[in-house]
Amino acid sequence: MEARRASRTVSDPKVRHVGFFTPDPNPHPGRTPLASDAPVSNSLSPVMILPPRQPSDRTAAVPVPETGLRRQTGADQVPVGSYNPSESLLSSSPLPSSPSSRVGLVDGEFSEESGGWLRRSESGNYASSLPDTMVERAPENSASAAPRLESKKSVEVTGKGGKAVVEEQNEVQSSSKPLKAKTTKAERRALQEAQRAAKASGKAEGNKSAAVSQGAAPVKPVKQPAQKKDGPPVSVSVVSFDKKGGDRPPEKERKKDVPAPRMQFDDKSRVQKAKKHAVVKQTEARNRVELFRHLPQYEHGTQLPDLESKFFQLDPVHPAIYKVGLQYLAGDISGGNARCIAMLQAFKEAIEDYSTPQEKTLARDLTAKISSYVSFFIECRPLSISMGNAIRFLKTRISDLPLTLSESEAKAALCSDIEHFINEKIILADKVIVRHAVTKIRDGDVLLTYGSSCVVEMILLYAHEMGKQFRVVVVDSRPKLEGQALLRRLVAKGLSCAYSHINALSYIMHEVTKVFLGAASVLSNGTVYSRVGTASVAMVANAFHVPVLICCEAYKFHERVQLDSICSNELGDPDAIAKVPGRTDVNYLNNWANKENLQLLNLMYDATPADYISMIVTDYGMIPPTSVPVIVREYRRDHVFL
Amino acid sequence: MWWRSASFILDQRHLQEDPPNDIASSSSKQPPDTLSSLSPPQTQNSTFMATAADPFNPIPNPKISAYYQTRAAHTAVVTSDWLAQAQAAVGHHPDDAQAAQTHQPLLAASPSSGKSFCVINEFNNWRKQPDLAEAVAAIRALAAVIRASEATTMMELEIELKKASDSLKSWDTTSISLTAGCDLFMRYVTRTSALEYEDFNSARSRLIERAEKFGEISCKARRIIAMLSQDFIFDGCTILVHGFSRVVLEVLKTAAQNKKLFRVFCTEGRPDRTGLRLSNELAKLDVPVKLLIDSAVAYTMDEVDMVFVGADGVVESGGIINMMGTYQIALVAHSMNKPVYVAAESYKFARLYPLDQKDMAPALRPIDFGVPIPSKVEVERSARDYTPPQYLTLLFTDLGVLTPSVVSDELIQLYL
Repeated sequence: MEARRASRTVSDPKVRHVGFFTPDPNPHPGRTPLASDAPVSNSLSPVMILPPRQPSDRTAAVPVPETGLRRQTGADQVPVGSYNPSESLLSSSPLPSSPSSRVGLVDGEFSEESGGWLRRSESGNYASSLPDTMVERAPENSASAAPRLESKKSVEVTGKGGKAVVEEQNEVQSSSKPLKAKTTKAERRALQEAQRAAKASGKAEGNKSAAVSQGAAPVKPVKQPAQKKDGPPVSVSVVSFDKKGGDRPPEKERKKDVPAPRMQFDDKSRVQKAKKHAVVKQTEARNRVELFRHLPQYEHGTQLPDLESKFFQLDPVHPAIYKVGLQYLAGDISGGNARCIAMLQAFKEAIEDYSTPQEKTLARDLTAKISSYVSFFIECRPLSISMGNAIRFLKTRISDLPLTLSESEAKAALCSDIEHFINEKIILADKVIVRHAVTKIRDGDVLLTYGSSCVVEMILLYAHEMGKQFRVVVVDSRPKLEGQALLRRLVAKGLSCAYSHINALSYIMHEVTKVFLGAASVLSNGTVYSRVGTASVAMVANAFHVPVLICCEAYKFHERVQLDSICSNELGDPDAIAKVPGRTDVNYLNNWANKENLQLLNLMYDATPADYISMIVTDYGMIPPTSVPVIVREYRRDHVFL
Repeated sequence: MWWRSASFILDQRHLQEDPPNDIASSSSKQPPDTLSSLSPPQTQNSTFMATAADPFNPIPNPKISAYYQTRAAHTAVVTSDWLAQAQAAVGHHPDDAQAAQTHQPLLAASPSSGKSFCVINEFNNWRKQPDLAEAVAAIRALAAVIRASEATTMMELEIELKKASDSLKSWDTTSISLTAGCDLFMRYVTRTSALEYEDFNSARSRLIERAEKFGEISCKARRIIAMLSQDFIFDGCTILVHGFSRVVLEVLKTAAQNKKLFRVFCTEGRPDRTGLRLSNELAKLDVPVKLLIDSAVAYTMDEVDMVFVGADGVVESGGIINMMGTYQIALVAHSMNKPVYVAAESYKFARLYPLDQKDMAPALRPIDFGVPIPSKVEVERSARDYTPPQYLTLLFTDLGVLTPSVVSDELIQLYL
């Protein structure tokens, strides 16, 4: 956690703020140019021990950024690199490659110009504060792109170099080495992708005027933009998986070791580009919390009327898709399973109405279509991991269709596949989970649940039907108060319930015997990704030695690893936490949303570490959190191919 | 004080022996193959399927765990007069080992005649061999079912096997290794696609082959574990063991044979004092042994280099279910940063997942305190406890040396 934060501050050279109390997105206009001005930035940082740079170099390599958003151009990288050694000196924790390699990746990937790479390597050299050697080294860097053997060595060097004071020549070189080492496979790949993307977007730009009116854009240009446009990781991995499913083994292998790039919403140029393709016009909220800038946050409530008015102009989007998308946007459908089922059913309708255009193959064209639908969904609300898995499943099914199948047969096959997925992976899986979980409920138990999970509700109701004697504590939290609906349903069925807010958790926990929680996803390291607040519930339960049972269908498992709730999350409407409905006297934050020095953070999910979890109940039985990767490994094929 | 528990076991035996005499067929007294002619197979099967608690398959007292009774009979300290008494009581019964030896060829020779034989009796016969683990006994009994079966189709055979394993499992629900052994056998033997193509007879012989192989593997498991664990026993170390475990004994025996220098602390292992038995065995091997009372574990823990325990069952979380007292030893060892090693054969891996101590089928056994206990005083009679995985260091199994989290991996691969 600290490491992450430190690295964030490292990557942001201009303003050093700790935690999420952070600068306003549009800082004083004077500051940004100053930051890229080396001597001034020198004076800003008390710890920096860098010789001043030659102004000529700087101006050549650094177009001064105008916006307040960080690292949207290569120019922003300059101070990043230069701060790196001193920063690690400051924090005395050598964190060699993470911050700037990440930055570099983002940058290299999305810069329009093909020279982006070169520029970055230059900026890397800035860090070494040896402007004269830059000219020699830059080409070398870009040409050799850091041979792997060397990278290993230089990482070791970094460990030392990070601690040492960067004053002497060789020291400086050692500190520049890690930057070179950062040109890893991932980066080279990113470079390639960036170049390809640039080419493709150039092409797309070229025939954009033609393509705008056209519903389904031609396959080739669509594919590249789709990858760039897709925001959250899921969809991107979908695309990459799709490629994996293809018949190009080398491509497949290369894809494997590169984590799918994820849209960073603090990367302004990219956001801009994504917006061009967007159907939903989202206006971004203004004061975003620093730590979470990479996540999309939009003003709520503005898009819906806009979209509704557009209803008849949008051919590319099937009405069923459109409807579901609007429901996501309005929040009418929520909950992992409900969203996933709605999406799959919309896809099914769309597939039923689909007909392959002339000169196209169903497999390719339909995949592109689905991708465009998916990006529409993403614009409405970021996908959940379960939805990503379902999309991945569907795409594999499409690409695996035998070519001999006629169109109607293929469509029928796909529809039945979707039905199967819904039935087996969601509905039946829930039943199996209920069967398993009920065996853990004994007479006299006091079960605690948090928020509203449909599986947990089914478990409680089933156990009640079986005549088990137990009490339920529903813990809830603002702003969603989902637990109230659950509570109502449980009480109506005659269960004896108690209701409390999460503030009273530690008080109520001592009488609880088991905690049942739902999950949006379970990640490979056993981390449970779930409604925000789950982590605190699990932590308190663990402190009280109360077993925590996570109930989650196996189709929600994901092979990704996540250590915190920052790098991937969803931001809710900040107004929701600022306003208290029905309390006119609590109006202190009215119209304060645009205050420069106020940032509201309404996180949707959090990550519960595996240590707090006693058991995960899934359709494959009851497993410890350490066994999630086993399920993912053994049943990945099973998930994808049913 | 073990008079009572010993006599209790005797009572059990009587229960096992006597009722068949009351029933028309003297089934359990006879070797299984001979009684086939006496009673029609269907009725025989149905009787013991229908009435689980019927007289000759004693689930005599649901409050007493048959598994722990057997263990006590096998591994507890047995006085000579108890032995004499026991011998006298069961004198009319053929000696277990002999019986087993004689049964096997007969069964193999006459597969057609054995249909009506009773799995449970077969199992009991095997079980009485002190060296044979309960699960292996079950495996052998089930293999005998295949041999004795008169089924003509694979499906029939499988159903029969299923029935037999179910009846075995329900016969003693407290024994984890019995349940796990039965389940594993079913998985191992019947999960083969090759069976589907062949004609019935060759498929059946293949099943028997597999069953025998599985039995063999299970028998060898203890040796494998002993070999694997040798790397962990270093010269001059002090090992704390709890209760009596045949695997642990094998491990220590092998270490002694390998001329390792170590000493062993044995806990007493109340209430059946199985630790005394272990210390006896070790003394025979000239291993320096010290006996501790169960409550002296924490007192001696700082001298201990490692803790070695067996397991009645290894559960999905990677924790173990073992004789009462294991949990507290593991806790003490954990708090003093001593490694806790578990030696357990893979047929003890069970698809169970207890969340806490009470989350298991109760396995009770009588406890003698030596003095009369007032009836108002409650006695905790549970025979076993659950040790969560975070207190275990490594598991030595015939699949290799595993960390607790791998157990679930193996189980998932086996069962799903």
